[in-house]
Amino acid sequence: MKLSRTILLASIAAVTLTSAAHAHDVWLLPSSTVLSRSGPVTVDGAVSNDAFHFTYRPLRIQDNLFITGPQGISVEPENMMQGHLRTVFDANLPEAGSYRIALVNASVMASWKEGEETRRWRGRHEDLATNVPADAPELSVRESISRIETFVTVGSPSEIAPTGQGLEVHPVTHPNDLYEGEEATFAFTIDGKPAAGVEVSIMAGGTRYRDQLEKAALTTDGHGRISYTWPKPGMYRMEASADDENTTLANAQRRVSYAVTLEVLSQ
Amino acid sequence: MPIKTRLALAALCALIAHPLAAADLTVDIELPAFNVSDYRRPYVAVWIERPDNSVAANLAVWYDVNMRDARGTEWLKDMRLWWRRIGRDLTVPIDGVTSATRAPGTHTISYTIGQVPLGELAAGEYRLIVEASREHGGREVITVPLQWPLTAGATLNAQGEHELGAIAVRLAP
Repeated sequence: MKLSRTILLASIAAVTLTSAAHAHDVWLLPSSTVLSRSGPVTVDGAVSNDAFHFTYRPLRIQDNLFITGPQGISVEPENMMQGHLRTVFDANLPEAGSYRIALVNASVMASWKEGEETRRWRGRHEDLATNVPADAPELSVRESISRIETFVTVGSPSEIAPTGQGLEVHPVTHPNDLYEGEEATFAFTIDGKPAAGVEVSIMAGGTRYRDQLEKAALTTDGHGRISYTWPKPGMYRMEASADDENTTLANAQRRVSYAVTLEVLSQ
Repeated sequence: MPIKTRLALAALCALIAHPLAAADLTVDIELPAFNVSDYRRPYVAVWIERPDNSVAANLAVWYDVNMRDARGTEWLKDMRLWWRRIGRDLTVPIDGVTSATRAPGTHTISYTIGQVPLGELAAGEYRLIVEASREHGGREVITVPLQWPLTAGATLNAQGEHELGAIAVRLAP
C-alpha cells in the first residue's frame, strides 16, 4: 500500500471514527541533534507505531519536506532514498544555528452523494472548487494540515521562527536544549494564535524494550503552554492534534496535527 | 616550553615583580592510562562556574587541534556539560585556553589571578569543573566546590573513577 493510500484510508477512518487514534505514527529521526561544526546529518523517516524503529512503511517525501536554518536559509535534502521500511535523506547544514526539518502535508478530503453513490475526492485546498460540486448533496469537506518535525543545532541554538500555519510549537525551551531532569516548556499555536486546551502526548522512544507505552498526557493551558520534566535521556516523540472549523472552505471541518522528535540529553 | 619551566619562570617572575600580590591558581589533572589497543587521548575541559551555572572562567580545553580542516572540533560536543555551558557559544581555537590533547599522567596547569583566562573572581562560592571524554571510552565530570579566594597553600582534592584520576586545586603563593 502506498503511503498516499495509507493516509487516505487513515483519513477516511478519521472521518468515520472521528478519531485518528488508529492512524500510524509518522516520524523523523536525525542522526544527531547537536553538532560542534557545520556538516551533514542524516535523517530517517518512517511510518511506524514502534518509535523509533522502522517496522511499517517508509515516508513518502516529494515536495513536502522543508529544511529551514538560521535567518530563514533553506537547505535542500540530499541522497534521498525510499526503502521498504524507511526513507533516508541527508541535510548538509552550512552554518551555525538551529535548523527545522519539517514534513508538511496539507490536503482536503471531500465526500458527497451523486444519486445513491457516494463520491470521494482528495487533493489540494486550491483544487477543491474545480473537482467538487459546491452544491452537492451531503457534501462533507475535511481539511487537514499536519507537521512532522525535528530540530538540529550546529553550535549555539538560534531562534526558531514559527510558520503561523496549522498546529505548531513555539519553543519556550529550545528543542535542542533539553536535558534529563529539567523542565521544558512549549507553546502550541494554531495559525499563530495560542492553542488552549489541546491534548499533547509525550513518549520516549524504544517502546520495543518495555511493556508499557509510558505516554505522558498533558493539556495546554490558557496560553497554549505545556511543561514537562524529562524523566530520562533519549529520543522522544511529542504529538498533538486539534479539530476546528477555521478553514476558508465552506462547511468544512479541519484537523491540524503536529508531531516532533526531540532528543533529551543526559546531564 | 615544558610546563615545569614555564611554572618556574612564572614563579620567578612573580617573586621578582610582585613578591606579595602574585598568586597562581594551579590545577593538577591526572589522566589515567588505559591498556587498550584503540586508546585515544581524551578531550578535556576545565572551567570555573558559579552556583547558578554561569561561567566565571573557561580555563582549558584540550582537543585534537592538529586535524586537517579543524575536524577535531567535531567531538567538542562530547564534553557535553562544557559544550552546553561554554563551548557552543565559542569559536575555537582560543589563545591561552585551547591546546592539544595530552598523554596519560599528571598535568599541572596554572593561571595568574588578574590575567586571562582566569581574570579576577569576586569573593564567593564557585565550582571548578574538569570534564573528560574519550573516543572508544567514556565521559567523566569532576566537580570541585571552592570558596574564593582560596587559602594560600591549602589544596582541594577530588578523585575521578573512570576517565579522570586525581584532581588537585590550590592557590600557590
